[in-house]
Amino acid sequence: MEVTDVNIRLACDRICLPAVSENEVQKLFTPGEDIPTCAGFMRGHGTYTEGEDLKASVAGVKEQVNKLISIKPLKSRYNGEIGDVVVGRVVEVQQKRWKIDTNARLESVLLLSSVNLPGGELRRRSSEDEKMMRKYLQEGDLISAEVMNVYQDGALSLHTRSLKYGKLSQGVLVKVFPSLIMRRKNHFHSLPNGAAVILGNNGFVWICPASGLEHQEDSGSAGGFIQDLEKEVPKADREVIARLKNCILALANSKMMLYDTSIIYAYEESMKFTVTELLLPDVMVDVANLTQHRLHLDIAE
Amino acid sequence: MADILLSEAEKTFILHGVRDNVRNDGRSCSEFRPIELELGLVENANGSARVRLANTDVLVAVKCEIDNPSSNFPDEGKLDFFVDCSANATPQFEGKGGEQLAVELAALMSRAYQTRESFNLSTLSIIKGMKCWKLCIDVLILECGGSLIDAISMGTKAALADTKIPKVSVIGSDEGSLELELADEADGREEPLDWHHAPCLVTLNKLEDSLLVDASAEEEACCAAALIVGVSPNKKITTTSIPGHGSFLADSKVFTRALNLAVDVGVKLNTALEAAIKKHQTLKPPPRGFLD
Repeated sequence: MEVTDVNIRLACDRICLPAVSENEVQKLFTPGEDIPTCAGFMRGHGTYTEGEDLKASVAGVKEQVNKLISIKPLKSRYNGEIGDVVVGRVVEVQQKRWKIDTNARLESVLLLSSVNLPGGELRRRSSEDEKMMRKYLQEGDLISAEVMNVYQDGALSLHTRSLKYGKLSQGVLVKVFPSLIMRRKNHFHSLPNGAAVILGNNGFVWICPASGLEHQEDSGSAGGFIQDLEKEVPKADREVIARLKNCILALANSKMMLYDTSIIYAYEESMKFTVTELLLPDVMVDVANLTQHRLHLDIAE
Repeated sequence: MADILLSEAEKTFILHGVRDNVRNDGRSCSEFRPIELELGLVENANGSARVRLANTDVLVAVKCEIDNPSSNFPDEGKLDFFVDCSANATPQFEGKGGEQLAVELAALMSRAYQTRESFNLSTLSIIKGMKCWKLCIDVLILECGGSLIDAISMGTKAALADTKIPKVSVIGSDEGSLELELADEADGREEPLDWHHAPCLVTLNKLEDSLLVDASAEEEACCAAALIVGVSPNKKITTTSIPGHGSFLADSKVFTRALNLAVDVGVKLNTALEAAIKKHQTLKPPPRGFLD
């Protein structure tokens, strides 16, 4: 086996992040900092009052809607909304539901009544179904689902009642900050290079070969629970997936928003580097800069 | 070191990828992730180094003290390893959680440096039979993300390269007790030779028939066994260790393959580390530290 050379850099060559910035540099508030207010303001998330002053309780940017002042944090746990698409991992199998880890403050809940049974039948869940729960989803399995409901304590209730949701097969999971995922109409993207991407609102991004997603839609009657473990993903697809993973991490490192266009542009800009070069920090900043540039050109047109 | 949950499909994907020599992030099976090195961060130590390997962050400091040599080896100095798993690294290290791992790592490092060929302890002797230098090598684990022993061994070698031992002269002997004088700063200090032969330890994870260098946390969760080999720059093996519950005996060809691969990787690692250390010593940059 050929052994590649090892790359050791010195700390003095480290590049300062972020080198990528928008047109205006927004003012960042740190916890405890005073927020300039208007008369008759209302206090939103991320703030607290100390005497007469309004102060920030998290580190982030100020968002003002009329008189409502709130601070939006950059790095926080995922706060679910109804209708969000999430990618989650099963951590527990309970009596009539599964507990899913979605990078939120509490584990999300997937009720047995919210999944499609294999065979696509619509019937009342019996005790037989409860015992077979582990056959559908086990600890460690990854699923894509939609948020159906938000409980009072903030926990999310998920459902996989559409054919495009369900257990995820072979692929790679990338974890980024939830605030970097842009809210869009469609979170399932089939990219032109042969891979498919699911951008979960909770910051979990799933990359898989395009045939994986198609297979899920074809096997309609199965309700998305069949996994093809025998099938080997071809080497070319694997390299595409690895490159996509590194591009997404490069964009996330420079705190750029992730959506289908930015990922496609980052992929194209990264073609001049090898896949392993994309692991180097200076190359990551380079790719993020080039993507930013292209996105600006798009807006300018 | 934390247990990561993975689905069967993800494990299958990783396994097939490793067979094709294309891992999840595009690396080949024998490639390291980018490594960052800095020397001389700790000012009140005689030598220090910090190594950052993807998620793993390790700080190594070397302090010298004068000690009596052991009666078995009167003309040799001493090397004392101490590893501290700080609770910053993972929540499992809180309290006494990291103690067992720390003791294992310290013992492994001691074994790797045992042979005279990797580090000549006689250079540390001041007066044969009476006084010698004892190098206390303290390793602080700040963040734990796989390939821990690799980072520790690189940090140790770099810290030893950065170490400057003060010159000592005997000024008097008073009925058996000696008086030693340390040279002034102005007179200059000497550095120990022989850090060039210090070993680097390489961890190889075995996934079915393939061997992985520098496995990420997900890959480690799929691997059954690991092999740690200490390799010195002249292609010699100083120590081996098989941690955990896995075994290599099922197929002895894998073991010999693993040793050969470890030697090749170890030699490359040593070369790259030496080049980086030399570059740092010629450039003498100001300390950059932890914050960007």
